[in-house]
Amino acid sequence: MTCLETIQAYAFRSLGVGENLLPRTDFNLCQQFTLIGSGLIWNIYFGVIALSLGFCLATGLAMAKASGRKWLRKPAEWFIFVFRGSPLFIQFFLAYSALVMLPRAGIDLFGLHIATSWLTSAWAGAAFVLFLNTSAYAAEIFYGALMSVPKGDLEAAEAYGLTGWDKFRRIQWPTMLRLAWPAYTNEAIFLFHATTLVFFSGFPAFQQRGDALYYANYFADKTFNPFVSYPIVAFYFILLTFSLITIFGLVNKRLNRHLPSNTRSKIRLRPQLIR
Amino acid sequence: MFSFCADPKSLEGFSWLFCYLTSGKHIDFYWSFLTVLILLAVTAPSALLFGFGGAMAARSHVAPLRWFGKTYTSMVRGVPDIVFFMFFVIALDQGIEWMKHQIVCPDWKEPIRQGLEFRVCPQAKVPLGTSSQIWHQLYGFALAVFTFALVFGAFAANVLYGAMNAVPKAQLETAESYGMSHGQVFRRILVPQMWTYALPGLSNLWMILIKATPLLFLLGVKDIVYWARELGSAKTQAYAYPHPDWRLWYFLFLLVAYLCMTRISEILLNRLSARLNHGQATAAGEAMRRAAQ
Repeated sequence: MTCLETIQAYAFRSLGVGENLLPRTDFNLCQQFTLIGSGLIWNIYFGVIALSLGFCLATGLAMAKASGRKWLRKPAEWFIFVFRGSPLFIQFFLAYSALVMLPRAGIDLFGLHIATSWLTSAWAGAAFVLFLNTSAYAAEIFYGALMSVPKGDLEAAEAYGLTGWDKFRRIQWPTMLRLAWPAYTNEAIFLFHATTLVFFSGFPAFQQRGDALYYANYFADKTFNPFVSYPIVAFYFILLTFSLITIFGLVNKRLNRHLPSNTRSKIRLRPQLIR
Repeated sequence: MFSFCADPKSLEGFSWLFCYLTSGKHIDFYWSFLTVLILLAVTAPSALLFGFGGAMAARSHVAPLRWFGKTYTSMVRGVPDIVFFMFFVIALDQGIEWMKHQIVCPDWKEPIRQGLEFRVCPQAKVPLGTSSQIWHQLYGFALAVFTFALVFGAFAANVLYGAMNAVPKAQLETAESYGMSHGQVFRRILVPQMWTYALPGLSNLWMILIKATPLLFLLGVKDIVYWARELGSAKTQAYAYPHPDWRLWYFLFLLVAYLCMTRISEILLNRLSARLNHGQATAAGEAMRRAAQ
């Protein structure tokens, strides 16, 4: 099989499209690159879903934590504490064993039939845990930014007669985003790195449609040689990191477009590990 | 463990639960918490040591040493650490065996990589195939600690490098004008003064280290996650204590345990930071001075 044929056969293997049988003998570099890249689709899926949904929840949580009302603030604080204070690994296990306990056949609620079996598959369950987790981390970042919105900006807004929703939409939220964006970029990068944990989370890979690490592990197991497949995963993730920095950098540029060029906040990649 | 637990089938209610929670396997489970604490106690100082070395290397005037330090600090960034963990432990394991192989059996003819397998001579196995189970476990644990220390050392090096640069230049220049040598300035001024700048980064790192300890499970050490899965899974009547799938409760227990650990460290680190900021020429130190007035 030439490399082009391999790519045609396996490029979307992780979605169940193309050749079904994984290679069993005569492994070559092209197969490893193609299959691990195909698995990366799942990592990107988890990252994008969790980030885009998490962004909304995080904004709400940050607002709730900054609110003066106790019944709003306390739940948000607890949510953030629980998800930031415990390992993502444990959260995955906990969620999986909780979701498995739901009745297989589904729940009948007021005559409505709610199917539950899909929740235990990785595409829903793992994405849900990642969504909650990134919401907590991002909420803490947004809360910090919300607290450092300049006092003068808010007073000026009130002097112009902006209150409530208008003040939030036009002044608080854009400034919060601008201040939080460098830290949020890092959060996004490490969320994508955290998607590799899904492989260990207990959520099973359906019909060998796994993520990047699933295929890397497959090759490492078959060839007894970790020196090829894991560096390929690393290579893909470095590419992913660079493209994320580029995309988030463009957004950062837009958020800062009204500022003189020497006062703009730059995005710096800051190290952080597994959560 | 207790005499009235001799026949678990006859027990009911609280005494059943008590006997269940003090069964031999549960004692192993509680001991595995000690494994995690030992890992933390060993890894944190060694990671700090690695980080200190890395930061010093990155600041060095000797170019190759500086490149080494910079490479080390940027090594683990950009790559998911989990890939690093999985890859590095196997690589280290094979590397040690390969080196021992070269020394112990130099006239071994067969290739080490036989197609799909990694084969060294039996004398070069680490630990030896004949040694007892405890050595295998200890060796696995040592490999895990080394990997943790290396990865977290890179992050600590990054933090300490920044902290060393953050110490006000005026303080160092004052020390020099008093006639202190380079080494004396480093020992007497730079190192004692840098901690207040390093603490936020280091405490963040400590939190991350706590949350990274379940990864021991991936490295094959029988840690709390291993035991929680083992004990929680459904037990049939063949076992002394039959029960349905209780993994949810075990993981909930682990979650709470981790939350306690992070919360306690948070409180302690806040106290430490208050101590370190005392009298410093920083915003935090100034705020403390104002509050005391």
